[in-house]
Amino acid sequence: MRAPSLLMLLAAAAFTGACGGRSAPEEPAPEPTPVEQPLPAPAPADDSADRERMERERMAREASERSRAVAADLAAMINFDYDQASVRAADQATLDRKAAVLNANPNVKLRISGHADERGSDEYNLALANRRAAAAKRYLENKGVDGSRLDVIAYGEERPLNPGSDETAFAQNRRDEFEVTSGGDNLTAPQ
Amino acid sequence: MKRFFFLLSPMFFVAGTLAAQDTTRAEEGVRVGVDYRPGVRPGLVVLPGPGLDSVRAIIQRDLDYSDRFEMITVGDAPRETTTGAGTAPGGPVNYELYKGLGAEFAVELSQAAGGVTARLHDVTAGKLRNQQTAPLSSGPDFRLEAHRLADEVTRWASGTSGAAASRMLFVSRGRVYRADSDGHDLVPVTPAGQTALSPAWSPDGQRIAYTQLGEGRGGIVVQALSSGATFLAPGSQTALNITPAFSADGRTLAFAHSDERGTDIFTANVTERCCAQRLTVGRFADNLSPTFSPDGRRIAFISTRAGPPQLYVMAADGTDQELLAPFDFGATGSSNAPEWSADGASVVFHREVSGSPQIFLVDVSGRRVRQLTSSGRNEDPTWAPDGRHVAFVSDRSGRRQIWIVDIETGRVRQLASPDAARLPSWSRRLGRATIVPNP
Repeated sequence: MRAPSLLMLLAAAAFTGACGGRSAPEEPAPEPTPVEQPLPAPAPADDSADRERMERERMAREASERSRAVAADLAAMINFDYDQASVRAADQATLDRKAAVLNANPNVKLRISGHADERGSDEYNLALANRRAAAAKRYLENKGVDGSRLDVIAYGEERPLNPGSDETAFAQNRRDEFEVTSGGDNLTAPQ
Repeated sequence: MKRFFFLLSPMFFVAGTLAAQDTTRAEEGVRVGVDYRPGVRPGLVVLPGPGLDSVRAIIQRDLDYSDRFEMITVGDAPRETTTGAGTAPGGPVNYELYKGLGAEFAVELSQAAGGVTARLHDVTAGKLRNQQTAPLSSGPDFRLEAHRLADEVTRWASGTSGAAASRMLFVSRGRVYRADSDGHDLVPVTPAGQTALSPAWSPDGQRIAYTQLGEGRGGIVVQALSSGATFLAPGSQTALNITPAFSADGRTLAFAHSDERGTDIFTANVTERCCAQRLTVGRFADNLSPTFSPDGRRIAFISTRAGPPQLYVMAADGTDQELLAPFDFGATGSSNAPEWSADGASVVFHREVSGSPQIFLVDVSGRRVRQLTSSGRNEDPTWAPDGRHVAFVSDRSGRRQIWIVDIETGRVRQLASPDAARLPSWSRRLGRATIVPNP
């Protein structure tokens, strides 16, 4: 089944809100009801308004959660092995989700920044970080994302995520970060 | 037999004297691939010069840092009163006295019209060997003039000029700093609040080039040291540009340009500010850290074409690319940060050994690789203009600082800086000092 887009959900919620309670043309329908005789008795107006308000809130909450989840998919970092710039198998799913979001949101542009741990030459780490960012871009391009939407930059070891000097910190610092630079509002969840 | 006695007796005396003097110098962790026989360096004493304490202190330290001499210290008191058997200023030097202290050379400093006169006495032969008057006034070039005089004394006594009249660039807290070769006169040369990397000297010492990193991109800034005027090197205005190096004539700047296609080496004319040219085609391999041979005809550089970064060499137009420092695939660690020596004979670089970078040399003709350091992390080496000293970054003191090793003797000293320091670049000799090629 096709998942309704966030925009549609939001629009539906907005429409319901704008129309208030029971819509006028429906209620006084004079035509005979042929089969379904036992229609549920119309609820009192107050209950109906409450239900609809709760429904709107639920939908808005879900939309917000879904949007957050989509944004989180876009922002999820990937990590690399020491002195390596190839996308690890474990991170392919992360990039696949990004590709799906990007393909569902053609206006979104992403900046990919490569980072390295503090080991290795300061200067080489800039080139290595650049290669890591470029590797993610190439992966996304192969999944159908237009390269003009993906900007590649590199920080080398200049901006560690974890300031420590142990294996845990090194592993966290060998990473690509992803930042939405435009089109990040009203994200559509991928199908 | 008599000559033999003359040569040996001062040595034994000097070795004993200097053992105590050397206790403050860290020599641990340096393994040098040449046989060094202690005691073959001639003893040298710098005599006190009336009113010249600061000049004497600079010159004495420079001669010590030249690593050519066993330094013999005498008191700071005027020498005519040291023993009562000395000499009056300008008068004859008491050769027998200093010979007795183990000196083969005595340096005499005296005030003269227009500056300071240095005289080198051959104590063994009992005669004046050389003298020169330097324009030492209290101007901004005072220390540099003193360093130049020290380099001349070194040349008179050892045959090759010292490297004291030179300066160091390095990065600390995102700024490029400049210091004299003895670590004094530390001044920032780039603005605060930026991230500068990889400073490099122009051969004439008038300009520097460095990466100015911002938001994951950066251009190569070429900056005149006297005026502070800057421009971006042609071809480095977009994406990320790193590891600049000047050619020996100062006209060409080589650097690495990083974008989504990878990292490749370019050259540009920084005299006419034109003509950016691409030298390598990486195809997802990185090529970076170019360094020119002194004749300008070749460029050594780092490439990941075979996997981990290793040291290669090519013609200055990008042709004839080949491996420079041999390595065993899968066994030899990453190699980085090469710099070609001023005499053209060797390239210094760092290579990972058991997870820590160490300083290595490769001789360009024989392609033999020699390891210079072995303890702690030692990286980003840069040649002194005398071709026998190498500065590098080491964490042996607990934080990253600049250290200097004499590759002839293995002696190591620290270039003190207040904060963590990295990415040093050593200038050529600055100014008027006579340049004598190393043998």
